Amino acid sequence: MDLSLSTRNVSGPGGDRTVVEVGGEIDVYTAPKLREQLVELVNDGSYHLVVDMEGVDFLDSTGLGVLVGGLKRVRAHEGSLRLVCNQERILKIFRITGLTKVFPIHGSVDEAVNATD
Amino acid sequence: MATVELRFSAQPEHVRTARLVAAAVARRAGVDEAVLDEVRLAVGEACSRAVGLHRSHGIDAPVRVVLTEEEKLFSIEVGDEVPGSGVGASAVPGVRGGPAPDDELDDGAEDEMGLAVISGLVDDVEVTSGESGGVIRMSWPTTPATVLP
Repeated sequence: MDLSLSTRNVSGPGGDRTVVEVGGEIDVYTAPKLREQLVELVNDGSYHLVVDMEGVDFLDSTGLGVLVGGLKRVRAHEGSLRLVCNQERILKIFRITGLTKVFPIHGSVDEAVNATD
Repeated sequence: MATVELRFSAQPEHVRTARLVAAAVARRAGVDEAVLDEVRLAVGEACSRAVGLHRSHGIDAPVRVVLTEEEKLFSIEVGDEVPGSGVGASAVPGVRGGPAPDDELDDGAEDEMGLAVISGLVDDVEVTSGESGGVIRMSWPTTPATVLP
């Protein structure tokens, strides 16, 4: 399955958030598309991103690298990048690489949009 | 003898094919369903690494994946043709704290993270390299489909 991407803007207590809904497989072939999307959003001035990964079937280290790169870009603008994920097999990859300490991971888009810490 | 051997040109779009084939052969070999996700991820990481190595070194040769069903064991070997490719990785990095969040990940860092994922996922993994290239060998236990009386 290929990668699908869609974005929408949502208002939260901390201000506007851009939700990036990702579906399909994020791997060495598709990760560049996600990278382009994140770079484009930051270039357009969206610095508070919520990446919804509930529709992701597969994630590898290339995908992790893109997410870390996105985090770096939004932080340069004092922004934030939050993840939404409940899938154990995806969460496991964040755990074994120690990235659960780097990304705030939420159980729902609402929770991520409303987070203000 | 290999149960299934796969060679693919070092292009990112073929890594998915390698994952699908590996998972299908692993399932047939009797690898536990709960572990198939790990097999899929580990072989994908190994193939992504090999593809990256071939491309960065301008090597036209294909990446080789050997899937072997042994007694009580299913093994996967992913081979590249970059001499000394495993040298920097001869000691597979263990579970790390992850990259510093403010560091941009270059190819080397992604390569390291791929190996970190493999070593975190697979108990039995070996990374070797020689003059003809490097090999990542991983194996998983299998359970026989039918139990003999």
